[in-house]
Amino acid sequence: MSTLNRRQFLKASAGLAAVSAVGMPYLSHADSKGGHVVIIGGGAGGTIVAKYLRKADPSIQVTLVEKNADYYTCFMSNEVLGGDRTIDSLKFGYDALAKQGVEIVTEEATAIDPTAKTVTTSGGKTLKYDRLVVSPGISLVYEGIEGYSKEVAEKIPHAWKAGAQTTLLRGQLEAMKDGGVVIVTSPPNPYRCPPGPYERVSQIAHYLKKHKPKSKVLLLDAKDSFPKQGLFIQGWTKLYGYGTDKSLIQWLPAAEQGKVVRVDASDMSVYAGDLEDKHTADVINVIPPQKAGKIAIDSGLTDATGWCPVDKRTFESTLHKDVYVIGDAAITEMPKSAYSANSQAKVCVAAIVTSLQGKEMIEPSYVNTCYSIVGEDYGISVAAIFKYKEGALASVEGAGGVTPSDASADHLRREVLYAHSWFKNITVDMFS
Amino acid sequence: MIKRNTLSASLFMLLSMGLHTAASAEAPDLATGMLVNTCVACHGPSGSSHGPAIPSIAGMSHDTFMNAMTTYKSDERKETIMNRIAKGYSEADFEVMAAYFAKQEFVRFPQETDSKKAKAGAKLHKQHCENCHADNGFTDEDGSSILAGQWLPYLEASLSDFSKKEREMPKKMADAMKAVMKKGGEASLEQLAHFYASQTKKP
Repeated sequence: MSTLNRRQFLKASAGLAAVSAVGMPYLSHADSKGGHVVIIGGGAGGTIVAKYLRKADPSIQVTLVEKNADYYTCFMSNEVLGGDRTIDSLKFGYDALAKQGVEIVTEEATAIDPTAKTVTTSGGKTLKYDRLVVSPGISLVYEGIEGYSKEVAEKIPHAWKAGAQTTLLRGQLEAMKDGGVVIVTSPPNPYRCPPGPYERVSQIAHYLKKHKPKSKVLLLDAKDSFPKQGLFIQGWTKLYGYGTDKSLIQWLPAAEQGKVVRVDASDMSVYAGDLEDKHTADVINVIPPQKAGKIAIDSGLTDATGWCPVDKRTFESTLHKDVYVIGDAAITEMPKSAYSANSQAKVCVAAIVTSLQGKEMIEPSYVNTCYSIVGEDYGISVAAIFKYKEGALASVEGAGGVTPSDASADHLRREVLYAHSWFKNITVDMFS
Repeated sequence: MIKRNTLSASLFMLLSMGLHTAASAEAPDLATGMLVNTCVACHGPSGSSHGPAIPSIAGMSHDTFMNAMTTYKSDERKETIMNRIAKGYSEADFEVMAAYFAKQEFVRFPQETDSKKAKAGAKLHKQHCENCHADNGFTDEDGSSILAGQWLPYLEASLSDFSKKEREMPKKMADAMKAVMKKGGEASLEQLAHFYASQTKKP
């Protein structure tokens, strides 16, 4: 026992020493007994892989490469826009993972060499791995909308990666006059957090209702339907007058010229539909089309869709051996959510541990739970349990599904409380 | 002397680090972990919840756990989301989960309770609940669940469900609930919830 403690202690110290030697190129050898696993991306997937690998087998050396020292969860960031939550409540760090013996490299992973089995970083490090986990989240396809770019996003935020962009959009909503118009554009499938744009519109309406009731939010959609649609519309009707001429929310689906094709930041306008109808607004939030995180694209882990094909039983890339892709970037039947990433990370850990130990992969189990807060005391949810079956993830029949449409007021109120407790526990799972 | 202090301090640090690691590294075997780790992202590490609306399920007896999951699955017991989730798992899955959570320590995180209400709740507990909820709610016996140190919002929600007969209970408990409600109404449920939530040390 004491030898183990000492070894873990020494390994932890070695990790710390390596982190402090910033900028000094070094070759991290896969010399630890259990093998070396490098993880790219410290979000909902990557943190869980790091933590659970260390728990499952402390002889595995684990390195987490994440460019940001602080992490802002995207989940619950719509509540910041609605004004019920501070941006700081979404902020987390990696100290606890470091204490569990995970080596944290606060740099950007710039390249993967799947033949030499190395990852290079912005600080000039070369990390040699036995197994690599890529959990990079999404990249935003700015060029999918004419006139939109990373630069324009400083004026017309996407706020689809939480942090400064969230604060920017919140500030614009606060500065807007009563009677103003907010436009939110929803992207084509697939994208991160399928109910997210609709929760966002709800949260903006929640804010407007309280503080700027003469205003409205116009949702321009690249699709004709969306997740939990019936429940959202029920909530909008109840809380925001949806369907009346005083509605705080208006939704234009693709069939009604809702698909955004162009933005013009100079006069704050958006052009949508085949006829390029012009809409102007005081605040515009463009959620652009998406694909897998940049490092996954740059290193050949994506296919023609822009996302990463994987063996869904293990999450090993079908394009590169010993490289695993989890979370938003991976192609699966699960929605791109934090809980999906969490669940996939745990399956991936079992796959990596068994593969490093030369054992058979165990039967995987997958789950997703996702809450949306429509307004005050009004929460809805969706859940699904998945099983691996003939190369696909099949949702267990008769299980899962959305909040019943006849749910009582007390039920909807409790879903908000559960959503907040869910946030607490999933972030403890990731960062403690 | 100073040196020795430093040494013992670092020894202590080393030991506590080791202990900490040992505690958090006490991982279940892979197959068990595969199932129970689908629960913990919502119910907290090893089943001790950090979120006050979601109950801690660590230390729950095998029978209590099995009863909860099978009645969720059959819709005999209603909750917002657990019915939908329970239907995704088999009885054999529940057995694996039950065995695991029964072995985990119920960790009590600090929470604010009203001492006046808790005191009144203690009286009610002695009068009406103690027979089945032994040790001030610390012991889960015959499906009594662990109430001591459970989260206040969860206790309040549960008591409310029982009092409205939205959740099934044994006849003995229904009688006790009736007596409590008759005398003190909803305020007494609040007092009971504050009493159980405030219990951090086994009597």
